Amino acid sequence: MRNLWIFINRYNAFFFFIIFFTIGIYLTVSNNVYQRSVAVNSTNEVVGNAYTNLNIIKKYINLGDVNDSLSVENAKLKTTLLALQQLDSAKGGTIKDTVNKTQYTYIAARVIKNSVTLRNNIITINRGQADGIEKDMPVISPDKGVVGYVRDVSEHLATIQSLLHKDTKISVNVKKNNALGSLVWGARNSDFKKAYIKDVPNHFKIALKDTVVTSGFSAFPPGIPVGRISNTGISTGDNFMTIEIDLFNDFSTLQYVYVIKDKLAQEQKALESKIPNE
Amino acid sequence: MNSKIVLVNILRWFILLFIQIILLRNLSLYSLSTPFVYILFLLLLPFGIPNLLLYLIAFATGLTLDAFYDTLGVHTAACVTLAFVRISFIAVTVNRDNFDEPEPTLGNMGLKWFSFYAVLCIIAHHLVLFFLETFRLTEFGYTIVRCLLSAAFSFFLILLIEFLFYNRKAR
Repeated sequence: MRNLWIFINRYNAFFFFIIFFTIGIYLTVSNNVYQRSVAVNSTNEVVGNAYTNLNIIKKYINLGDVNDSLSVENAKLKTTLLALQQLDSAKGGTIKDTVNKTQYTYIAARVIKNSVTLRNNIITINRGQADGIEKDMPVISPDKGVVGYVRDVSEHLATIQSLLHKDTKISVNVKKNNALGSLVWGARNSDFKKAYIKDVPNHFKIALKDTVVTSGFSAFPPGIPVGRISNTGISTGDNFMTIEIDLFNDFSTLQYVYVIKDKLAQEQKALESKIPNE
Repeated sequence: MNSKIVLVNILRWFILLFIQIILLRNLSLYSLSTPFVYILFLLLLPFGIPNLLLYLIAFATGLTLDAFYDTLGVHTAACVTLAFVRISFIAVTVNRDNFDEPEPTLGNMGLKWFSFYAVLCIIAHHLVLFFLETFRLTEFGYTIVRCLLSAAFSFFLILLIEFLFYNRKAR
């Protein structure tokens, strides 16, 4: 106790300093509005900062749980997203052709493979037997123009023999005067924007820019616009002429097509097969 | 002798505080440098003064200044700090047993010692003063600049006053 007293006495300057300085600070903080506000605020700040840091640590510790819950949520969302992406509003519904009293039903399909540069081009679509696609069904593009025929069908996919194929023939006529011919492609050049109408009788007067539509004699419904006449002067030397047309649809940018289901196709086929081949 | 020292110090206290409050209070160079000359009184207190008495005097002086500056506690704390620095410095540099001189004046102690003594005390005082006044560290650089410029100004004025009375004391 005595030693303590001696110690305090020896360094009395320091202890006096502590005492008086504390009183000075106390007076400062308790009597000056500004200093008090700062002192209180910085105390709050310190406390707040401490809590913030504590929260950061807590967050870090909980990171594993958070990760798990996030990945679970992620999986859920991904599943939903996939379901939404594959949801095709056109799949279930069909577009009714009321003019033809629902003889024709349209099935929308997305083109998943396409080519325009080959001699014989085949298109693959994402509809198959499950969606009611059958062989030889006609296919048109959504805005204007014909695409081709269904060639092979699997459960969920189908291939289309494009108009840009050497075996494809579609019966068409010139809208103005019903001059009948058959639409082919690739006989003279491989421009996917041009096609030819063969076997048009010579006596028809064909004007440039006339619209060509399907005749309805092949599997296509009648009146579907196909193209516009761009050249009439191709002579073949017999009683028929060949007309060059510009196709309405652009095969290179084909995204969606409609497969046309003809309710009467089977009936027609059955009926016509009774006629003996000569 | 003793009563004379007391009288001189009381007189000095009144004069210096008068100068500080009436004159220097309104003086500020570019609002950066504000001199505080009243601390010369604390610097010139006799060597033999007891620590407690020194602290009480410093406390009272600071309190008086605060009353006029409307900054209760700021000058008090600064003056107490100055007292601590003064005691420490004198304890280190001056032989305590035989004080040749009664007061640490420029004439008694020489320019070198007095300059060192004054600069240390002034800077300690001003640091506490300005940082308590600002009361935050965000303007640290600005506060430091103000503090050091003010300290330089104060030191200049204190030295000026000391030189004015130098001849008379040296005789």
